[in-house]
This record gives sequence, C-alpha cells and structure tokens, in this order.
Amino acid sequence: MDEDTVICRCEDLTLKDIREAINQGCTSMEEIKRATRCGMGPCQGRTCLPLVAAELARATGKKADEILPCTVRPPLMPLKLGTIAGVDDG
Amino acid sequence: MVKGAEVVIIGGGIIGSSIAYYLAKEGCEDVVILEREYPSWGATGRCGAGIRQQWGTEMNCRLAKGSVDLFKDLSAELDYDIEFAQGGYLVLATSQTQLEQYRRNVSLQNSLGIPSKIVTPQEAKEIVPILRTDGLPGAAYCPTDGHANPFKTNLAYLRAAQRLGVSFYKFTEAKGIEMKGGRVRGVLTSQGRIETARVVNAAGGYSAQIGKMAGLEIPTYSERHQIMVTEPLDHLFDPMVISFTSGLYCQQVPPGSILMGMGDPDEPHSHDLSSSWQFLQKMAREALKILPILRDIRVVRQWAGLYNKTPDAQPILGQAEKLEGFYMAVGFSGHGFMIAPMVSLILARLLMGREPPISVERLSLERFERGELVIEPSVVG
Ligand SMILES: Cc1cc2nc3c(=O)[nH]c(=O)nc-3n(C[C@H](O)[C@H](O)[C@H](O)COP(=O)(O)OP(=O)(O)OC[C@H]3O[C@@H](n4cnc5c(N)ncnc54)[C@H](O)[C@@H]3O)c2cc1C
Repeated sequence: MDEDTVICRCEDLTLKDIREAINQGCTSMEEIKRATRCGMGPCQGRTCLPLVAAELARATGKKADEILPCTVRPPLMPLKLGTIAGVDDG
Repeated sequence: MVKGAEVVIIGGGIIGSSIAYYLAKEGCEDVVILEREYPSWGATGRCGAGIRQQWGTEMNCRLAKGSVDLFKDLSAELDYDIEFAQGGYLVLATSQTQLEQYRRNVSLQNSLGIPSKIVTPQEAKEIVPILRTDGLPGAAYCPTDGHANPFKTNLAYLRAAQRLGVSFYKFTEAKGIEMKGGRVRGVLTSQGRIETARVVNAAGGYSAQIGKMAGLEIPTYSERHQIMVTEPLDHLFDPMVISFTSGLYCQQVPPGSILMGMGDPDEPHSHDLSSSWQFLQKMAREALKILPILRDIRVVRQWAGLYNKTPDAQPILGQAEKLEGFYMAVGFSGHGFMIAPMVSLILARLLMGREPPISVERLSLERFERGELVIEPSVVG
C-alpha cells in the first residue's frame, strides 16, 4: 500500500498518519484511535480499523489476532435525536 | 525500568503529563510517570474538553484564566497542535434568580480580567443562531472561553516532557507506596520498585485508592458521567452551550460533530464505565428543548467517564500535611481539563519548593478536617 492511501475516510487519514502515530509510540488500537481520531467518524471504524490492526500487527511483529480491537460503542447504528427522544419510556 | 527517581507521578492523563512537563521545565528531569493503561485512557480521553473561565469563586476564576493564558501559547510551546479554539461559552439562565447570580459572577470575573458579560435572549441567538430562546430570561457569555482536543493536549504535554528527559511507563500499575517515619520512600509497581522521596497522586478516578496505599484517607469518590456525539455537520455555532439547571453541555467540535453530555443527580458512587439507553434518551430530550433543529441529526457514539469528586466539588492540591513527600492533584469534580495547565504549573513549583503563581493553600486536603470548604456555585454536569 502507498503511504498516501486513505485509511479512514471519515477523518481523512492516510497510511502515513497511522504510521506516524505508531512511530510516536502508539502500540495499541485504543492509542491510535485517540491520537488520530481514526474510527471516531460516522462509520465508527467499520472500514478503517481492520486496516489499522493489520498495520499495527506488521509494525509490532504481532499476529493479527493478538491485536485487541477497540471497545465497541453504542448505538450500533446511527440514530436520530428525534427518534431517541420520542421513544416511549415503556 | 529505572530503580529510582526524584519524583514518581501516578497517572498519565492530562494532570500527570502536564505536571511532569512543568517539573522538567523547572529543571527537574529525573521524573517517572506510571500509567496503568495508556495516555487518555481515563477521564481526559472521555471528557468534553471545554475550557470555561466563568466561575463563581475567585480561586476558580484565577485558575481558569491562568490556564487560558497558558493554553493560548501551548501548541507553539509544546510543538504539537492541540486545536485550542476560543469559541466562547454561553451559560443559559432558566430563572431571574439565576440571572442575578450570573450578574454577581460576571462582576467578580470582570474584576479578575475575564471578559464575560450578561446577554439578552436576542444577543444569545446571534451567538448561537439555532438556539431556541422562548422563555429564556438571558445568559452569560465569555468570548475567550473555548475548547481543545483532549487527546492531543495529553500527548503534547507527554511528548514534550519525554523530550526533556521524563520517563513514561504505560501499562504499568502503581501497586503500593512505601512509607517510613511518615515519609515517602518508594513506589512498588507491576514492573518493579522505584526508590523516591516524592510521589504525586494524579490517578483521576482512582485517587482514593492511591491514598490508601500510603495510609491516607482522601475524601474523593468517583461517579460515572455519560456523553455522546453526533455525525459531523456544517458549521452551526461556536460556543459551548451549558445550563446549570439541567446540567447539560453541548458544543460543535472541530470535525463538525456535536458533543453533548449531562450528569444524573441519582448516579451512585462507582467506577462503572458502561453506557445507558436512559442517558441517551434524557440527553436527546434536553438537547432538543434548546436546539430543536437537531431533531434529524444522528447520534453515532456514546461513552462514559469518571468524575472524581470531593465534598465541595473543588480539587485537592498540594502535599499532605502528615505525609512528607505525598502530593495530590485530584478530585477535579468535572473541571480538571480546563484548569490543568495552571494547576500543574503550581504543583511543579510546590514540588520544587518554589513560590507558586497562585496560592492554593485553601485547596489543601486538611480543609475537610477543618471544615473550611470552598463552595463553588457554578458546577455543571
Ligand atoms: C464525561 C466527562 C466530561 C467532562 N468534561 C469536561 C470539560 O468539558 N472540561 C473540563 O475541564 N473537564 C471535563 N471533565 C473532567 C476532566 O476529564 C478531568 O477532570 C480530567 O481529565 C482529569 O485528568 P486526570 O489526569 O486527573 O485524570 P485521568 O485522565 O483519569 O488520568 C488518570 C490516570 O491514572 C491512571 N491510573 C489510575 N490508577 C493507577 C495506578 N494504580 N497506577 C498507574 N496509573 C493509574 C489511569 O489509568 C488514568 O489514565 C469531564 C469528565 C468526564 C468524565
């Protein structure tokens, strides 16, 4: 992959940005997320995080399944404020 | 891992990292930071990162104004863009009585050089065009309040401290504090022992646990606070909008998303970090009361963090009277990000035995025993 390849479309991050975060000392997915905002956009990391995990595995010499994923944050699908506010308390 | 250090700091959030930086800048580079997880794992990485100078006590006004003065030049000083922006804070009033309180706060703030003012509902609407002003008696506004990126501010201080010689150990837990004759002798960690005469408790939500390691009762407790963020939108408004009545705060942050949070008066003391549907619903309802135009905007993520609170909602700063070498910067009660620069500069000076820029004797641990609480009327969340 080229360094200018866009990894995270929501936050406009390239492979170079991810490598920079790793070079600055990030060794886990949660650290990369906080340093770059990768995975914090509307898609919540559906596209980018697997790519970042692969890059982190390569850089740290770990196996892909040794890289811990980020905590999954609700809601699992984007929800409108009006919908949330309107739901009956039950 | 190193065998000894002049100062060991427990906690690598905004407070621990900035104390380390100011210590190194003051000439003490033999400093170790211990962080059980990684930078911004704690409240720092979960906070609203709003920076407000509109306070009701002189102490908080001075700490906040002093911090804004430092925030302004921080990106250049630390050689790292922390995305500091001064979009202001609009503090909504819900009654005439509250507006009167704001008038008194504003005159205190103005006397200390903070350019806040009372605004009419019309003026509030010019500042936040999407604000619903029906029934709003007025608001307070300060244009030099603002916001910064909390992850970047944390990393900026940490990296600058490391460049000056500070050692940072992540995934390393402080497990015990060795005391002898009322003095700090060392810190036991998950990676070994570090000999030191001075330790700084900057452990955020775990401050009371660190106190216990030294045999000290610190009257802090933790409480879950939830927050959420929407999809990014075109630019709608600059300031953080808050209400002391509902406890709501809401701001459009740089990617364009709208961040909003709100406390729950019934939240129990705990270290719970889970997210709840109840919060989402209450938050959406409160937000739509003041910003009804956001009805069709989607929430993409919610999370939770810990407020570390004290009985008077003010931090505990400085050395414990009875334990030589045990320093604290804890109990920020939901406003530790905005005052971090000044607080940490003060702590660094105290650790060096130098005169701090602002006296914080009134924020000592012993104020609780003496019953000298510092009551602040303007706390949110
Ligand atoms: C939802 C929410 C919104 C907020 N909004 C704002 C706001 O708008 N403006 C504002 O000014 N403040 C806000 N705050 C408050 C602010 O986040 C905190 O006051 C501030 O981040 C405290 O920083 P800290 O470094 O003391 O704590 P933390 O960031 O919690 O750092 C403490 C660190 O200590 C580590 N630690 C704990 N125990 C140990 C141990 N035994 N060994 C090693 N390490 C340990 C933890 O892992 C943690 O990383 C908010 C807080 C929350 C939760």
